[in-house]
Amino acid sequence: MSKVSYPQMGSYGVPIYFLLSHILEDDIVEPPNITDATLELGSKYSPDFVCTPFKYTLGTMIESLEQGADVLIQMGGGCRYGYYHELQEKILKDLGYSFVLINLVNGGNKISISQLMKAYPLTIQKRHCLKYLYLTKKMVFYMDKIDDYIRQNRCYEQTKGSFNRLKKEMLQEMKEVHSARKLRHIYHTYMSKMKKVPRKPMTKRIRVGLIGELYTLMEPKANEDIEQLLNDYGFEVKRYTNVTYLLFEKRKKVKRYLKHFFIKYRLGADALDNIHHTEELCKKGYDGIIHMKSSFCTPEIAAMPMIEELTQKYDVPVLFFSMDTTTSQTGFLTRIEAFCDMLEMRKS
Amino acid sequence: MDKIKIGIPRGIHYYYFGNFWKYFFEKCNIELIYSPKTTQELVDRGSAIAPDEMCLSMKIYLGHLSYLEGKCDYVLIPRIDRFDKNNQTCTNFLAIYDLAHHYFQTPILNYNIDTHHDLLDGLLELRDLLGISKMELIKAYEYAKEKERQIKEQQEKEQYQKMSEDGKKVLVVSHAYNIHDDFIGGPLEKLLEDNHIIPLYSDYFQEEQTNALARCLSKDLYWKYSRDAIGAIPLCEKVDGIIFLSTFPCGLDSLVYEFVMRSMEKPYLYLVMDDLSSKTGLETRIESFVDLLEQS
Repeated sequence: MSKVSYPQMGSYGVPIYFLLSHILEDDIVEPPNITDATLELGSKYSPDFVCTPFKYTLGTMIESLEQGADVLIQMGGGCRYGYYHELQEKILKDLGYSFVLINLVNGGNKISISQLMKAYPLTIQKRHCLKYLYLTKKMVFYMDKIDDYIRQNRCYEQTKGSFNRLKKEMLQEMKEVHSARKLRHIYHTYMSKMKKVPRKPMTKRIRVGLIGELYTLMEPKANEDIEQLLNDYGFEVKRYTNVTYLLFEKRKKVKRYLKHFFIKYRLGADALDNIHHTEELCKKGYDGIIHMKSSFCTPEIAAMPMIEELTQKYDVPVLFFSMDTTTSQTGFLTRIEAFCDMLEMRKS
Repeated sequence: MDKIKIGIPRGIHYYYFGNFWKYFFEKCNIELIYSPKTTQELVDRGSAIAPDEMCLSMKIYLGHLSYLEGKCDYVLIPRIDRFDKNNQTCTNFLAIYDLAHHYFQTPILNYNIDTHHDLLDGLLELRDLLGISKMELIKAYEYAKEKERQIKEQQEKEQYQKMSEDGKKVLVVSHAYNIHDDFIGGPLEKLLEDNHIIPLYSDYFQEEQTNALARCLSKDLYWKYSRDAIGAIPLCEKVDGIIFLSTFPCGLDSLVYEFVMRSMEKPYLYLVMDDLSSKTGLETRIESFVDLLEQS
């Protein structure tokens, strides 16, 4: 019997665990939360100027392997993400671990199920498998909706932490579901609970858009929990990038973006999406935009000049962050605070 | 109608398509203007406009574009997405058209290569702009392809000749736009010659051959130009050492070279070039590498 593990990203560990525990007969090792120790491990064995998600995932993999995992799952994407797995496998094998690494997305942005089946033959029924795939998709969809709601309302809560507590409870309940109806029921209950959370009166409404590279945006450790920070300041936050968008909506939308836009071609990874979202945010009258990426993220670097041009055109302040494993929190906080103060001053 | 002048920036694509363009446009009777060889001044120009974290090769390319600004009617910037599923390019190649469009005013002569469009399809779309008929264009295309093939064969022959010569030989593995650039690969070439080392270049071999050989080293690599580069390593078994040449901070090289170096048995040197003007560090590293080669 093997032990399966996967890299950590935000709270998406819950649906992944849910899926794996139902379609595999093997044990599942839940990856430990990302800490500074994880980062240190990751960056110690990584090449010098690789982008940061490599270091995060490598660190988590080492920690999972230490806990006894022997099958690792890695995702890929449209840029450098797609080639992570081969180098990571090599680095870990050089370190002396023995394991199997399964890459879900190849270079070409497609999940190759046939390849997956070859690497990992499933013993359970196909119908059963499809059911849980569907449930996981729905779960991610509801989670993203709830997260969206939280980001826009957490800043007005009266007792600090009420939204976070509710979300935690919801995730706990979602782990136990077996039907789509139950899942929907949980979603609606918690949505109405959240709508009833006591709120402070709204004095000034400041909205900030969050765009950038996907891993840095979705993993709170990688962005120093910027959403919570901005919410604590009393700002609403809007973020387009989430798993639902990336997996199910992106493909259709990109085609539409290209039709009526000043960008002629796809720019790789999420660069085009981010430029489009910048324009959308500007048009909707958001007060500020924060662009976050891991350091050396090539597609985002190419997108930055265009984002800057747009924000100048619409006169919206923009702040660029390049997050690395060595980013000191103090410097980060100073910049965020200055930006927030500036937004408040502009508004009054 | 006046004859149009087309500007060709001496960076990135020039080192892959330069010979083809030269003969193609010569046959079409169109004048070409080249930007000069890369100098410190052009690098500085590029760095001034590009975002800080952009790779040096792209900064240099932008420097060349800024030189051509206003000196020609069109500047030729192809956009290459992928040749097929396993032969993609770096994301900078994808964004190059829109970046140039953002920074410069000169109209851009642009064709696109992806899974559904090859070089000829791309050029055919330009035929109205170039003012030639379809037949003429296809003829020019075939003529230029033939010329390009001859040059490539000549280069390959010279490589094999060098390989059989006496003396220490080193294979320089990199993208063509790094090896032959006067700022990145130029100083390296000179230093190797000063130290009586014979350099072989990964891009002078036939790409069909090296591309297929890349499988020996990496199973899943899907970047065309990286595959072409590392494929030369199994081809040159006789060389004494290998130099990996990269620019700071090249996204592909950071992963690919690290992967290849981990299974390397020969002496190797990993050089990362940045836009500093002093070359003393380079000298020291090359000299110590040469010492190492001479001892082995």
